[in-house]
Amino acid sequence: MTQPTTRMSPAPGKPRAAWAERFSPAIFLRDTGAIVATELVKLRRDPSEILTRSIQPALWLLVFGQVFGRLHAVPTGRLDYFSFLAPGILAQSVLFIAIFFGISVIWERDLGILQKLLASPAPRGALVLGKAVSAGMRALAQGVIVYVMAFAMHIQLNWSPAAIAGVVLAVMLGAAIFSTFSLMIACLVKSRERFMGIGQVLTMPLFFASNAIYPIAIMPDWLKVVAHLNPLSYQVDLLRALMVEGGATIFGIGTDIAVLTGTLFVLIVVTSKLYPSIVR
Amino acid sequence: MPQPTTSIAIQTDRLTRSFGSFVAVKALNLVVQSGEVFGLLGPNGAGKTTTIKMLTTMLPPSSGSAKVAGHDVTTDSVGVRKRMGYVSQMISADGALTGFENLLLFARIYGVPKAERQKRIDDALHFMGLTDARDKLVRAYSGGMIRRLEIAQSMLHRPQVLFLDEPTIGLDPAARHQVRDRLKELRRSFGTTILVTTHDMEEAEDLCDRIAIMKSGVIAAEGSPEELKRQAGTNSMDEVFIHFAGEFSDATNYQDVARARKTARRLG
Repeated sequence: MTQPTTRMSPAPGKPRAAWAERFSPAIFLRDTGAIVATELVKLRRDPSEILTRSIQPALWLLVFGQVFGRLHAVPTGRLDYFSFLAPGILAQSVLFIAIFFGISVIWERDLGILQKLLASPAPRGALVLGKAVSAGMRALAQGVIVYVMAFAMHIQLNWSPAAIAGVVLAVMLGAAIFSTFSLMIACLVKSRERFMGIGQVLTMPLFFASNAIYPIAIMPDWLKVVAHLNPLSYQVDLLRALMVEGGATIFGIGTDIAVLTGTLFVLIVVTSKLYPSIVR
Repeated sequence: MPQPTTSIAIQTDRLTRSFGSFVAVKALNLVVQSGEVFGLLGPNGAGKTTTIKMLTTMLPPSSGSAKVAGHDVTTDSVGVRKRMGYVSQMISADGALTGFENLLLFARIYGVPKAERQKRIDDALHFMGLTDARDKLVRAYSGGMIRRLEIAQSMLHRPQVLFLDEPTIGLDPAARHQVRDRLKELRRSFGTTILVTTHDMEEAEDLCDRIAIMKSGVIAAEGSPEELKRQAGTNSMDEVFIHFAGEFSDATNYQDVARARKTARRLG
């Protein structure tokens, strides 16, 4: 082998250099990219999970949607119930998968893989964001599945490139938010058993306290408050504005994106602080 | 061959870590010179792994301080992590990736320049005798191969200090021998400072220039294998261990360890 080239002489007491090392955006992006690239290699090698992910949205759209659509009980404005429901089910299917994402990090901890990543100089935030972005990319598969089903059900989809780009953003943001939230919980509970329990407990409240399958307008006041604090509502609102013809936003597209991005930012910061504690 | 510098690679100053009321490491003062292979020995629960975790910035000290490659583990943990390599007790690598892909991830996050990555990885795989397994999924590797892959990974960025926590535990004798052989070669080629923990006294004697035997969080004895044998008045390294660390059959001791582990998990 060649001589060490990156060997650096010990430089005692250089706090400014250390500071710069820690907050370099170029390194942050490079390391985020390295994690994403690795996750994509794994996904490409074993795409079977994409198929299993299609079952749940199919059930909601075909069974739940069929029955509820007949009732005409939910005031959905200009949209028929299917068109109203499809964006909600897309968001829901992304949530239900992402909320269990944290178990992978407990798994990696038990295998000893996480320890090696944490022993590297990679910024913890980049490790977390890399995981979040790869969860977002995995979730795009669900987007495709829901689009195919919606198309087959003759739901009028909005095919404009800008709208599709917006849907991609909304799906990735949602997946990133709930997978990071899941990572955060994994860092707090540290064991698989406790994690699974909490994951089960969280999904349904997040889902029902949102506008995924009914509008916020028909909720009782206390639930309206909860729904406004729930990031899922903003993701659904964004999807509803962009995914189907005649869809409209309640909060405004700008607000949706701002709330989702802000939530993700806070979650990434908090989770990267907690991340090292999972290996102690 | 790079000249081993005469500086200090690892230095601790009253390094202490407690879990609840249990003090796992007590005011540890340790100096490891650059280029040395230093063995940290002791019974289970003596504080070896806790010490390594503090030195590798995985666990903050309760008090005291430590410097690795000239950088403080608390105030400049990133500086330490850039200059160290770490191989944990667990024999592990990502089974869903090939050996090459495993190393590629780490070459990237350690900032090995793109133009050099391929060669650096292939050299490391060759050095560890893994060239033929380069493109096989790691889940098809044997324990010894994974361990060698881990050492290859820890060397990609040419660390000044390499930490190995029980590097040969759980390996068959042949794999053990091979790992040891590669570690010696690594020190010879790169002058890397190596801190290794082990239970295997024969291994310690074979690998290490100096040894510290820990007991209940403090260093009970320190010196070259020869010096320790002289001090203990014996020719057998196993007897050296028993002489300084005592036999580990004491029930109260066991409870201490169990409690410490439990507390560590709860706090951790």
